[in-house]
Amino acid sequence: MSSNDGIKKTLIVAFSLCIVCSVVVSTAAVVLKPTQEANKTLDRKRNILAAAGMLEEGISIDKQFEQVETRIVDLRTGKYSDEVDPKSYDQRKASKDPATSRDLSQEEDIASIKRRADYAEVYLVNDAQGKLDRIILPVHGYGLWSTLYGFMALESDLNTVVGLGFAEHGETPGLGGEVDNPSWKAKWPGKKVYKDGEVELGLIKGTVDPSAPNADWQVDGLSGATLTSNGVSNLVQFWLGEQGYQPFIENLKAGEA
Amino acid sequence: MSEMKETLTQPILRNNPIALQILGICSALAVTTSMQVTVVMCIALTTVTAFSNLFVSSIRKHIPGSIRIIVQMIIIASLVIVVDQVLKAYAFEISKQLSVFVGLIITNCIVMGRAEAFAMKNPPLPSFVDGIGNGLGYSVVLLVVAFFRELLGAGKLFGIQILPVVTEGGWYNPNGLMLLAPSAFFLIGLFIWALRSWDKTQVEEPDFKMAKHTAVEEAA
Repeated sequence: MSSNDGIKKTLIVAFSLCIVCSVVVSTAAVVLKPTQEANKTLDRKRNILAAAGMLEEGISIDKQFEQVETRIVDLRTGKYSDEVDPKSYDQRKASKDPATSRDLSQEEDIASIKRRADYAEVYLVNDAQGKLDRIILPVHGYGLWSTLYGFMALESDLNTVVGLGFAEHGETPGLGGEVDNPSWKAKWPGKKVYKDGEVELGLIKGTVDPSAPNADWQVDGLSGATLTSNGVSNLVQFWLGEQGYQPFIENLKAGEA
Repeated sequence: MSEMKETLTQPILRNNPIALQILGICSALAVTTSMQVTVVMCIALTTVTAFSNLFVSSIRKHIPGSIRIIVQMIIIASLVIVVDQVLKAYAFEISKQLSVFVGLIITNCIVMGRAEAFAMKNPPLPSFVDGIGNGLGYSVVLLVVAFFRELLGAGKLFGIQILPVVTEGGWYNPNGLMLLAPSAFFLIGLFIWALRSWDKTQVEEPDFKMAKHTAVEEAA
């Protein structure tokens, strides 16, 4: 044992072990990367389809996704842009880079996301006649513990919700985590977004009274998860508002996008 | 050969790492809400324990005593990262649910404990078998806990509805507590109780005995 404890032996063992292990780890990471990337893309497509209520089990996701058209929107002008390639665009990465994103002032940043990317992906679903049927907008914002990443799908009138689904979040299971609950998600379809040009849609405390004048713009809050509920309201308000997709939606309505 | 068999089977019930040594509780609470996830976690942990034992044991004669823990950690950590990468590539859905807990196998006391207690002193093959045995011991407890948690908490097993729940028009009202971490404590406690009733040798001597109540005598 004593021969093992010399400085020379210690250094040799430590050094060679590190080399061997780092080679093994990096080989695994590099070899498996394409499969992992493919999984991520597939997962994203699945979430987009699910938010739009178009997901059918048993048919391959790629096949189902063929009816979805991906476009890039310049959020500064609210118009389609060909500046970036939708295949390689990563909005999450872009929103961290000062060259491709904008710092939000405190009043603007209601969803607590700090920076907003200049370009955003939107997903269009056209019907058989080539007319717009649904549009799916990626949204994100801060809840209680984590940033919630999700997709908001609107009908062709660009005001009625088709669905809202979160692909990724780290909220408390059973409380804020209930954003994944199918029966809560079922409360979204049919709700309206805009009222007199302002985003009115949001979550309220308790249950929505269907006879209330604003019932169409309100969704039940999640019980025991006030901060997550506020977060969801805020991200909806932000992304469908002036700093988000509203200019684009108005252009699209006017046929000028 | 019988010794080898013993190394493999002892940790399953007689010397269970969770029930007797009370190691690896953290992940036992976290990943046992559904059977599917649990099975993957058990396979991951068994693989890591077995191979870390194998590698630690095969270089045990060259490990300097002063850095032996670090050496073990490097081997374990590398294995865990490889397992994590493989899961992300081939079991993406489940790896999303396991999230950080695959990474946390690195800090799982069972892996470290076996490397230090067994693999450092025994040849590679028995160490490998010991790793599998302890992984199976961990798996037994996790699978039992996950069985009850998923069945009582969601009325499902492996994601298939067994008890029709009220919200979908059935009769079973799921017990939400079962899906939260504390229920795993109760279940592991009950498991240990059952195990120690069956094998009395596992019952520990009490650390201290209650002294006789003397206040009355002093007062008299």
